Amino acid sequence: MQLLKPNPASGVPIYLQLKEQIRHACETGALRPGDSLPGIRALAESMVINPNTVARVYRELEQEGLLELRHGVGAFVATRPGTSRWTAARSGQMKAAQKAAKTFVQELKRRGIGSDEIRRLVEAELATHDGRVPLVG
Amino acid sequence: MEISSVKQAYAIETEALTKYYGDFEAVRGLSMRVPKGTITGFLGQNGAGKSSTIRMLLGMSRPTRGNGRVLDFDIADEKQSIEMRKRVAYVAEDKRLYDYMTVGQMIDFTKVFYPGWRTEIEQKLLDEFRLPLDRPTKKLSKGMRTQLALLLAFARGAELLVLDEPTEGLDPVMAEKLLELVVGAAADGATVFFSSHQISEVEQIADRILLIDRGQLVLDTTLESIATDFRRIRGVYDTAPKPATLALDGVQRVTVDGRTVSVIVTRNSISIAERMRAQSASAVEVLPMTLKEIVLESLRREGGSGTGEA
Repeated sequence: MQLLKPNPASGVPIYLQLKEQIRHACETGALRPGDSLPGIRALAESMVINPNTVARVYRELEQEGLLELRHGVGAFVATRPGTSRWTAARSGQMKAAQKAAKTFVQELKRRGIGSDEIRRLVEAELATHDGRVPLVG
Repeated sequence: MEISSVKQAYAIETEALTKYYGDFEAVRGLSMRVPKGTITGFLGQNGAGKSSTIRMLLGMSRPTRGNGRVLDFDIADEKQSIEMRKRVAYVAEDKRLYDYMTVGQMIDFTKVFYPGWRTEIEQKLLDEFRLPLDRPTKKLSKGMRTQLALLLAFARGAELLVLDEPTEGLDPVMAEKLLELVVGAAADGATVFFSSHQISEVEQIADRILLIDRGQLVLDTTLESIATDFRRIRGVYDTAPKPATLALDGVQRVTVDGRTVSVIVTRNSISIAERMRAQSASAVEVLPMTLKEIVLESLRREGGSGTGEA
């Protein structure tokens, strides 16, 4: 599993970035049910982030049913049926979505929109979509 | 001496800690807490009182007033302070070493004092740093001195690591290596308290930050709170409102510049943005703030630029 070092200055908490990455890895099939994740220490050292952050992410993903923590053994992608949001169909959908996102970003970049501006536009759209107060408006 | 068996929540606690050097008040009534098991970044400009504070915490200088506890040992009590120092590893800014010893002698000399010495860490770091065991420490390069000082500190298996500008003078590869060591020590349950001017590295590994200015605490928060709660909200008005109308819970500072009103908030960004929209501000933007922006904002002095008023 290839996890990227989080960007601390992005305005998104590091723990959310890590959580998203693990979720994403499950959705795209990079991580499959039963696969093991690195230990807290190993992941903290390889990403050079706070081990408390890793522990928290594992705990929260366990509560969400995505991971199973086996005491003294480590963290695994959950194998329980019913919680498999990352089934083959889902994984195909996510790959297609990733492509669409890529095209979208490339197109906006071509029009001279910067990364921060894109981020803000997407945030505002999501906020409107989810019925929250938009960040830009 | 009675060592409390009750688990203390804080590795470091100070109460109105004050230090005078002659007339100069280096530390002015500093009350702060460092929770156990955290990596806490200690920030402040040069001369803000960071090193003076660290020296008092480690029993190297006596507080003029106030008190403090480190690992629940009283910092002003000589006997307790010695006991405390066995459990604390300290890497000073100047990476002091005994110049007449070789690298190997320095390591052997140090480890006899510490029953918790971690041979595997010593070996790992010797390999990684490729330190020449028979070279006198006097003849080490600056980078190697730092590496040796770090080896001596990290191999001790200390409960608390106090690092004063640990990455100062290290190249980027070594600096990242050091951060890895810090993260590894924290994974082993150690508390890490480190001062730094490298805001990006603090942002990367710390859970908490303490910012001091002129000997006083000006910010005590978590990195998570910075990422989720601290915001800069900007709104454009036809006629700018009085800053007082935006004196809401969470508002840190309101700056009016022509038609643009900029508000720094530490929480409640959504309701504050709503208030601005209700005041018929157009184009209200809520922007995340980086730790750097927050530090600069917290260190603003009266009489600086802007017509700030909070």
